[in-house]
Amino acid sequence: METEKIKETIHMISDEKLDVRTITMGISLLDCIDSDSDRACERIYRKIMTKAKNLVKVGQQLEAEYGIPIINKRISVTPISIIAAASADQDYFKYAQTLDRAAKELGVNFIGGFSALVQKGYQSGDLRLINSLPQVLSETDLVCASVNVGSTRSGINMDAVAQMGKVIKDAAERSFMANTKMVVFCNAVEDNPFMAGAFHGVGERDVVINVGVSGPGVVKHALEKVKGQPLDAVAETIKKTAFKVTRMGQLIGTLASERLHVPFGIVDLSLAPTPAAGDSVAQILEEIGLESVGTHGTTAALALLNDAVKKGGIMACNHVGGLSGAFIPVSEDAGMIAAATAGTLNIEKLEAMTAVCSVGLDMIAIPGDTPAETISAMIADEAAIGMINNKTTAVRVLPIKGKKVGEMAEFGGLLGYAPVMAVNAASSAAMIARGGLIPAPIHSFKN
Amino acid sequence: MNGVSILKAILTTIGKDQVGIIAGVSTFLSEKKINILDVSQTIMDDNFTMMMMVELKDESVDFTALAHELDDLGKQLGVEIKIRREEIYHAMHQL
Repeated sequence: METEKIKETIHMISDEKLDVRTITMGISLLDCIDSDSDRACERIYRKIMTKAKNLVKVGQQLEAEYGIPIINKRISVTPISIIAAASADQDYFKYAQTLDRAAKELGVNFIGGFSALVQKGYQSGDLRLINSLPQVLSETDLVCASVNVGSTRSGINMDAVAQMGKVIKDAAERSFMANTKMVVFCNAVEDNPFMAGAFHGVGERDVVINVGVSGPGVVKHALEKVKGQPLDAVAETIKKTAFKVTRMGQLIGTLASERLHVPFGIVDLSLAPTPAAGDSVAQILEEIGLESVGTHGTTAALALLNDAVKKGGIMACNHVGGLSGAFIPVSEDAGMIAAATAGTLNIEKLEAMTAVCSVGLDMIAIPGDTPAETISAMIADEAAIGMINNKTTAVRVLPIKGKKVGEMAEFGGLLGYAPVMAVNAASSAAMIARGGLIPAPIHSFKN
Repeated sequence: MNGVSILKAILTTIGKDQVGIIAGVSTFLSEKKINILDVSQTIMDDNFTMMMMVELKDESVDFTALAHELDDLGKQLGVEIKIRREEIYHAMHQL
């Protein structure tokens, strides 16, 4: 017995909040397509209930045997716009209700895949799905949605960008929580285990298990031991820590895959924070030497962190996938919340940060009277960063009805709380009104 | 081995030192017919810290129930007792 190593592992789990953030079962619904939507929904329901029957039970068994919390058990499915397109239905709420019912009966935390991929244009199901989004997001509980509006290979569909601004506004009018369950992507990945953006890509196997690890607290604690040392030492420490954290994900994913008789897909090497004290990505950046996240130097520190997490994790598991990097959701990170409240972190800096980390403008509360075109323009900016830099970017902004800059919005649980942040008041409406497609960048022509 | 598989787990006991901790834990394990393979015990940062490698004879052992019983025992003894299958420690620190 190597007692020092045992002690280190125990310390990571008990004191530094190391956990497996999610086990996500991806399920293809391509074999459920039917021109009769009632029959399609029945097939979808039966397939999910059969394949994921033991998902929650196995997750709980692993938690008990290995003493590591597995925070979420989730399901992702093939984008519903593809599945539902064969039916003549004009709205897809029925499909969302089916997903919601299956998720509730199985006891999973979320089900993702009420999604459309429209980076180059709409097929018949895409528009109907997008039009159903405000109702779906406000009237179901566990269904997560995503719309991919751009990619490095295709450019940015500005008609979709314009429409998503309106969808977000409409959803915010209907329900406070609606937009927490939806992400607008550029370069969406097909094996992402994290919500709200998870869906099961059409190139994936029939059923697959993907795992998302976590552990900002562990990284922060490890960095406390290299105070004042050069940044090479910081990068090295993050790599070693990420390696250990990822090994945990690889083990749990392997075991879950064996017990569920489902192939193991990928480990997503993302550092995902929670609002709990000591579980913050912002506090890692502050440990590197910033007085507050959001000040000058934040982008550089985040770039170092994001890269070192990948380098450390990549050898620790068989297949890396998903988003893999540091998440910077404002409302889900105690350090981000504090900096946004103090005014040291603003949306412009967050946008810069998204150029070097794994996602985008995430869980940011904005004034309820923000125009739809401004939201669309925020989406366009993020999509441009993703498109040009060959990376995934996403927007999950939350207009808070009736609230002004500085007022607090409470989402509860892992979604946390956030102060309403200021957006630029000058109009982007004329640009958004143009619509059309922003062409793919020159460096996308690689063939 | 008559089809009985053996699995190893690490039982950790951490808390304020006092009379009867080792006796309490060992008695519990013996009642459950759980064999102790190795023990290491020390005082770290004023905390009593004991690690035991134990052997469970049947894969079907109910870890959830066992963990609850160990929680209760820990409360009686004023310490925290956890059991984890040993693979988690190997996975994290060995290639």
